[in-house]
Amino acid sequence: MKARVTVTLKNGILDPQGKAIEGALRSQGLAGIDNVRQGKIFDIEISVGDKAAAEGLLREACEKLLANMVVEDYRVEIL
Amino acid sequence: MNAAVILFPGSNRERDAARALEVSTGRKPKIVWHGDHDLPSGTDLVVLPGGFSYGDYLRCGAIAAHAPIMDAIRAHAARGGLVLGICNGFQILVESGLLPGVLMRNANLRFICKMQHLRIERADTAFTSQYLQGQIVKVAIAHGEGNYVADDETIRRIEAEGRVAFRYCDESGNLDGQANPNGSINNIAGIYSERFNVLGLMPHPENLIDPMMGGTDGCGLFESLALFNTPGHNAA
Repeated sequence: MKARVTVTLKNGILDPQGKAIEGALRSQGLAGIDNVRQGKIFDIEISVGDKAAAEGLLREACEKLLANMVVEDYRVEIL
Repeated sequence: MNAAVILFPGSNRERDAARALEVSTGRKPKIVWHGDHDLPSGTDLVVLPGGFSYGDYLRCGAIAAHAPIMDAIRAHAARGGLVLGICNGFQILVESGLLPGVLMRNANLRFICKMQHLRIERADTAFTSQYLQGQIVKVAIAHGEGNYVADDETIRRIEAEGRVAFRYCDESGNLDGQANPNGSINNIAGIYSERFNVLGLMPHPENLIDPMMGGTDGCGLFESLALFNTPGHNAA
């Protein structure tokens, strides 16, 4: 089973990297870019029985390691 | 004072920390591998040194925070044992939950390596008894992720409990303007745990213990630790 975990900064947490990328995109003359937030994607292969167990496993992985719950949120997708 | 300095893959200031401790305490600290499960018996102080454990992969300190030795360090801290995390060591302490908050990328996105003034917020702890409250010291900072962030409630709590150890300031002790190098909330450079036995700080006092290296303002921290559990010096 393949899954994708996306980790992003919580709303309200300053993202200086996102801001720098946003400024760089604007400086390319790309009109209409309003806001950029940078995050991380993890593509994970897992071998568990069913989708519910896979989601549970990945949520645990996020809360233990992949995301810092103080400043980050995560999203789990089974592909 | 029996100290143990933990060595992670990618640590690079462990010898600086060990030397500072040896100079102040007269005893050579044990260097302990992160894959060990136990601290040497009789350990009073655990030091998590600076560096780039695991190449700063994922988040600074995140992978080291799950190293086998960390359970022993948690137990040591729970017993009231002293823990000092310097720079990457501070990042490991927040990732492991031993201290609150998180250290984000510096607000200016740059790795900052320079001399920096700090204000000693209290001089009644095991780490700072040989400083004066409000004293301004000059030490080195060298980090890319030292921007201390925590939610409003956590900041209120650590401020109310007097758990800010050091604040970034200028040479006169002012906190405003250019005094804050990395964007940390309330100029926070270091914080204590609830019981004041765990300290994490971004600056490098271990590098300012010899006049040849540009100053000795870091000595106070190690001299304070050297007095731990000696008569008349049982600070908080």
